[in-house]
Amino acid sequence: MSDDHVYLTLAEGHEDDTRWAYGTGFEDPLHGVDTTVPEGVDAAELAADCVALADDALISAQRLAEWVTRAPELEEEVALANIGLDLLGQARLLYTRAGQADGTGRDEDAYAYLRDAADFRNVVLAELPRGDFAFAVVRLLVLSTWRLAHFQRLVDHPDPVLAAVAAKGVKELAYHRQYAADWAVRLGDGTEESHRRMRAALDEVAPYLGELHTAYDVRDEVADVLRQVTDAAGLAMPVYRPLPGSGRAGEHTEHLAPLLTELQGVARAYPGATW
Amino acid sequence: MVTALLDTARARRVAERVPDPELPMLTLADLGVLRGVEVGADGTVVASLTPTYSGCPAMAEMRADVAARLREAGYERVEIRTVLDPPWTSDWITESGRRKLTEHGIAPPGPAPRGGPVPLVLSPTRPAVPCPRCGSADTEETSRFAATSCKALWRCRACREPFEYVKEI
Repeated sequence: MSDDHVYLTLAEGHEDDTRWAYGTGFEDPLHGVDTTVPEGVDAAELAADCVALADDALISAQRLAEWVTRAPELEEEVALANIGLDLLGQARLLYTRAGQADGTGRDEDAYAYLRDAADFRNVVLAELPRGDFAFAVVRLLVLSTWRLAHFQRLVDHPDPVLAAVAAKGVKELAYHRQYAADWAVRLGDGTEESHRRMRAALDEVAPYLGELHTAYDVRDEVADVLRQVTDAAGLAMPVYRPLPGSGRAGEHTEHLAPLLTELQGVARAYPGATW
Repeated sequence: MVTALLDTARARRVAERVPDPELPMLTLADLGVLRGVEVGADGTVVASLTPTYSGCPAMAEMRADVAARLREAGYERVEIRTVLDPPWTSDWITESGRRKLTEHGIAPPGPAPRGGPVPLVLSPTRPAVPCPRCGSADTEETSRFAATSCKALWRCRACREPFEYVKEI
């Protein structure tokens, strides 16, 4: 060991050590975790559940990252990027778990970079364009509340890896929800303009709530939080107006493909590239 | 048997001293992310690490650092395992870790929230974090997030200094 340099150490032991910065060989997020799928767990179903949850997280992380250099204040950029980073971390663990469970052995990159829009299973709300800051706050409030409620149930999942990812995620999501709720109250109870924008954002999100409720039955928990926040913010609860189609079935809006083009561009143009 | 135990104790001491890449005043043991070190019968050292946050970008570096230090200490076969369960909590930061944070102007976390359903608190009166420099409780949060996943930004109204604060999770 002549090196104190971490990257040389990372590259060590990989046949193709010029590829480590892009690939996952140097950092399997489930490195050394017991990856046996327990008896009684349907492996295909487990893999599908993990992919859906990972897709929600990855697409949300990408939209949150778009706020870097665009948020109203530096602190909010840092916040939104940090929230995106937590979600990206959850996505990595879940993709890796999916690849083990579905028997393909695909790694996280195969799921994130090498699938087309129709293969993605994220809910549509996650892929809608960035919008204004009020929309970002409302979307984050809804998605983090919904994901948190579902993760709280997944903590008891028979697959120990998914249960562990959920237990870790609960702490993170509670923090994300708190951030979004604080801003929702501040903006809703703020100026005439911020109030108007929050009302518009809630209207915009409303048609996509049905899909969330169909995916996971946590409707009451989500409604409780939204009521608490909208009451404190002087806003009306979003009116439930279901739309046909679901991202969970691969039915997406025209907004997903351009997002993926940006996300996957380098990885697809230069397979195995390093930088 | 005795040799193996001594060897495990020695390997643990080596791993425990590895500094955290993002909070270098703390060791991985101070931070509570080093979950175990064992030396097997064949001489393989197995060190277990847990991430603080799911997306913590420092995990790879921690893993590489622990492996490198153990190899330098003469252990040829080193295996690093990731432990996800139970999830890391800021309660695992040791007393000495908390002291070192304060000495470096970073406020240590308070007690982590208990498990179970997490209530949403909309009141603006979250407990104030005491200033790590002057000890004043007259402080305010400036940002719920900071330069790393595990910290928030605060400022002290008494001594006027901004400071970082390790979030309790």
